[in-house]
Amino acid sequence: MIIGSGKPIKDILAMIEGYTKILIVGCRGCVTVCSAGGEKEVGILASAITMARQAGGKPIEIKEVTLERQCDPEYLEQIRSTVDEYEAIVSLACGAGVQFVAEKYRKIPVFPGINTNFIGVTEEQGVWTERCQACGDCKLHLTGGICPIARCSKSLLNGPCGGSANGKCEVNPEVACGWQLIYDRLKELGRLDQLEVIIPINDWSTSRDGGPRKIIREDLKL
Amino acid sequence: MFVAACMEGDCHYLTGNLRARKRVEYAKKILDAVGIGGERLEMYNMSAADGPRFVNVASEMTERVKTLGPNPIKKFLTTNSEERLNEET
Amino acid sequence: MTSDSRLEKILERGEFAVTSECGPPRGADPEVIRKKGELIKAAVDAINVTDNQTSVVRMSSFSSCIILKQMGIDPVLQMVTRDRNRIALQSDILGASALGINNILCLSGDHQKFGDHPTAKNVYDMDSIQLIQTVKRMRDEGKFLGGEELKGVPRLFIGAVENPFADPFEFRVVRLAKKVAAGVQFIQTQCIFNLERFHTWMEQVRDRGLHEKVHILGGVTPIKSLGMANYMKKEVPGMDVPDELIARIKGVDKEKRAEEGIKICVETIQQLKVIEGVHGVHIMAIEWEEMVPRIAEEAGLLPRPQIK
Repeated sequence: MIIGSGKPIKDILAMIEGYTKILIVGCRGCVTVCSAGGEKEVGILASAITMARQAGGKPIEIKEVTLERQCDPEYLEQIRSTVDEYEAIVSLACGAGVQFVAEKYRKIPVFPGINTNFIGVTEEQGVWTERCQACGDCKLHLTGGICPIARCSKSLLNGPCGGSANGKCEVNPEVACGWQLIYDRLKELGRLDQLEVIIPINDWSTSRDGGPRKIIREDLKL
Repeated sequence: MFVAACMEGDCHYLTGNLRARKRVEYAKKILDAVGIGGERLEMYNMSAADGPRFVNVASEMTERVKTLGPNPIKKFLTTNSEERLNEET
Repeated sequence: MTSDSRLEKILERGEFAVTSECGPPRGADPEVIRKKGELIKAAVDAINVTDNQTSVVRMSSFSSCIILKQMGIDPVLQMVTRDRNRIALQSDILGASALGINNILCLSGDHQKFGDHPTAKNVYDMDSIQLIQTVKRMRDEGKFLGGEELKGVPRLFIGAVENPFADPFEFRVVRLAKKVAAGVQFIQTQCIFNLERFHTWMEQVRDRGLHEKVHILGGVTPIKSLGMANYMKKEVPGMDVPDELIARIKGVDKEKRAEEGIKICVETIQQLKVIEGVHGVHIMAIEWEEMVPRIAEEAGLLPRPQIK
């Protein structure tokens, strides 16, 4: 899922400075799972902003709404009648959701309440780690199910580099060396032979390097 | 405001007081960030049978609040309600 | 011969080669490189210039190599894939060959987090193995990566590094095998302090017959102080400094430690000379370049053979 984390309150306060009626919109998708932008976080942010503004002598009116998702137009329609009453929206969705709200409601400024961090997984409650870089050309079958592009700090396709020590990446002792993980997994699978083959230079045009991407499914379009 | 929780290891729900500790710490940070001050919130571990400790903690918090003075929101609300009262009369 | 490289000639003749390196300055003063080059030129067959090593911005390896070339030295252009994409790398390969640089060392490069610009975007369009393939393709097939023909084929002696002391240990020789398959002709290893582990690695190298396909130069570094030894042991990933070595340095009075470091370095070289499959030595005397001629002398490597 997409992992995000809340922006510092002072940054959000700076964005809404001067506005007296705002709408905070949460999302029940990924950001709820990683406790960054769900209904609960919307409530906490609304309280915090209310308190901060009252303490500063500049009260603010806040409406809280949490949508099923902010990345599908049907769900965004649900707030169509509400938005006209507000001066600004703070969206706690991922970057895609924030932008979609802004696209649908062009006359009202839309601000991001969280930072979108990465595509990842829940290792334990409260700990999320990156797994995928959305390169558009999945190679997991070549590396025992562990991604060299996302999990190697240098995205090497023929790693590890000389800085791998005790299974850790030279960049950060808390980060596992992606290629050590790949090596260990292929050893467990009895497929170390896969590592004797040189993986050729990558085609990065399917990743963000090739420009903003679009997928069209003709079989699903009318 | 203070939160009274059972001694660590004695929680009937096993981790309830540990989660409470984490949440109180988080709430204190938010209170600091919004200008209210995290010192106005504290959590204390104590046994339900320990009356004297409860009294000590309550006294400690009372003293702390006296030193800190009214929180800025109260000041804002009081001023506003006075104004509204004056308008109505 | 795939290039006009003096290093290639020495190795093809079966002589024990000697290389060293210069770190370029953190500024635009060419004298820094010239002075370092002067200090070591008589003691070596080729001089490497590092490429923004540890991600710290320095005068480029390319320009420093030209300065050395102008002094009659045969430089080794180090190229990391961290900072330049395939377009820039192929472009520089052509430029290097055009300016008479004969040796190229292909590396991935230290991550930018180590250096003075940790907020930079990194490139890593390719890795070191793919870079070796790229140079070989341009040189032997006369083609760009995209498939089009070059007009004027570069002549370059291709090198890379290998670290017998990084993890996973059992995989290091496989990685060397991949570099050989990619077309590498010479390897400089990370500096060797743990000779036992190096021997084990060389055994694995020989088991695969790799010593007959690539020239291996063992890396050595003279230890200047106890602080340096401890730093390398604890702070540098992929370096193996045995406790016995630390003890040996410690066992000597402070003023005599640098001398002991030189002694250890010379002993290491002498041991490397007799290992089957080791065809030379790469002396990395970081900020101590003036010691290189002495180390080469005491290890019996001077004078360097005359080549024409």
